[in-house]
Amino acid sequence: MFVLIPLSTVLLTAWTLSPDRFWAAVGSPRAVASYRLSFGASLAAALANTVLGVLFAWVLVRYRFPGRRALDALVDLPFALPTAVSGIALTAIYAPTGPVGRIMRFPIAFTPLGVTIALVFIGLPFVVRAVAPVLAEMGTSAEEASAVLGATRWQTVTRVTLPMLFPAILTGTALAFARALGEYGSVVFIAGNMPMRTEIAPLLIMTKLDEYDYAGATAVASVLLVGSLAVLLILNRLQALAGARAGMRAAA
Amino acid sequence: MIVSRDASGAAGATAATAATEATEATQDHPLVRLALLTLVVAVFALLIALPLAVVLTGAFRHGVAAYVQRVTDPLTLSALRLTLVVVAVAVPVNIAFGLGAAWAIGKFDFPGRSALVTLIDLPFAVSPVISGLAFVLLFGGRSAIGPWLVAHNIRIVFATPGIVLATVFVTFPFVARELIPVFEARGTIDEEAAIVSGASGWQTFWRVTLPSARWALLSGVALAVARAAGEFGAVSVVSGHIRGRTNTLPLHVEVLYDSYDSTGAFAVASLLVAVALPTLVVRWAIEWREESVARGGRVRDDSAAQIASAEAA
Repeated sequence: MFVLIPLSTVLLTAWTLSPDRFWAAVGSPRAVASYRLSFGASLAAALANTVLGVLFAWVLVRYRFPGRRALDALVDLPFALPTAVSGIALTAIYAPTGPVGRIMRFPIAFTPLGVTIALVFIGLPFVVRAVAPVLAEMGTSAEEASAVLGATRWQTVTRVTLPMLFPAILTGTALAFARALGEYGSVVFIAGNMPMRTEIAPLLIMTKLDEYDYAGATAVASVLLVGSLAVLLILNRLQALAGARAGMRAAA
Repeated sequence: MIVSRDASGAAGATAATAATEATEATQDHPLVRLALLTLVVAVFALLIALPLAVVLTGAFRHGVAAYVQRVTDPLTLSALRLTLVVVAVAVPVNIAFGLGAAWAIGKFDFPGRSALVTLIDLPFAVSPVISGLAFVLLFGGRSAIGPWLVAHNIRIVFATPGIVLATVFVTFPFVARELIPVFEARGTIDEEAAIVSGASGWQTFWRVTLPSARWALLSGVALAVARAAGEFGAVSVVSGHIRGRTNTLPLHVEVLYDSYDSTGAFAVASLLVAVALPTLVVRWAIEWREESVARGGRVRDDSAAQIASAEAA
């Protein structure tokens, strides 16, 4: 109830707006540009996180090296660190005067690339934490079987290990995407927030609120909310589907 | 007897060689290992370690005296006080809720159970800005109960209650999420045993159910504390940014940063890092403990197997 009432209030309020006002707020070029940036950067970051997250999970679970436990604990840092802190730290690093921004020929902070980097930072633990336990639980027996049957290491990894990890990877990527879509604190500082260029949808909501345009804020929020809910629903269906397939295979 | 033992010994030896070969075949080539490990360490250094280092160097750039001055600034202290109040209210509320929800979901089966699990996760998937907006729409001046609240001089939005409500909302899933898998995995056998032995429902919960999940609870609480202290987007919407009154630490970071006092912003940020790092240490310690318990368990299983085989012989 505590969860449902506030969220349904947003949708209900959006519903009570007159259609003209709703579409004017939702379809304005500035709003459309913000959705494009939010969805595009989130998707790019989620895909980058898929690759990096699987890599991190693989190294953390399969390899033994000094400092592994410390690395394992610190991977959760983006999750535990307040987003405003991440935001100012990332901006300081990638700004033209920062340690990384200085050596780059092209600007990173205050561009869509900067937004994407912040979202990669925020999303990484989601994929690692989704994949690592499954990888650890899985063990190596299927890989051993595959090797005994004459498969090369590459074949084993791409045809046996990765397909077995697929549901976990999908979950992690979807969670990272959902989180990136709504992320605010770590992005506002590095984005530069230029309308039409580097203004993410959550910031547009914030700007409209600061202008006391509650109707406009609610309209944009409803678009973003429906987007996040769609990600959750698709993820749920896919998981149910994967579960059913695994069950069928077990029955067969 | 002797023949069969020899045969089983030979089979064991063959299995052992096959296992060694298989283990070799499931290992990555040393060069691959080195490359992947280097890549991970490099990404880690750039993406995670560097931001942490930047916060600390930024905070102390103008020396310890400047740092102390920023941290003991009255506005920083009032932000710190508000953040502590928010954590002190929001975290216990979520412990109570998380225990209740995880108990109902983990120990019982009822219609709508899986829908409830999805609902609990919802605050994770929703933008914090939207969560904040929801409370402004619910309790703000233009909402249905807004005029009533104004008439009774109750301030929720742009005041501490709103900040607390928004924080409770965004930290809602943490405790429940950690507990549900543990409760589900333990099943209800222990509780049934306690009830049969004459314990009351309340005694069963306090002495059987709760202790079985204490580490998961601690882990969830650690996460909830970190998030409650650090929540930015949702709190930013409901707070109204009244300096010295409704500014929490993360909001104060933004205020300082926007007024080009980056030393001050990083100094306040370092306080928040001091909340975040212990969270990781707690979770790390719990995982460490679980792994050693698992290892201890395996040893015991081995000895049981030995006893069993000795008895069989």
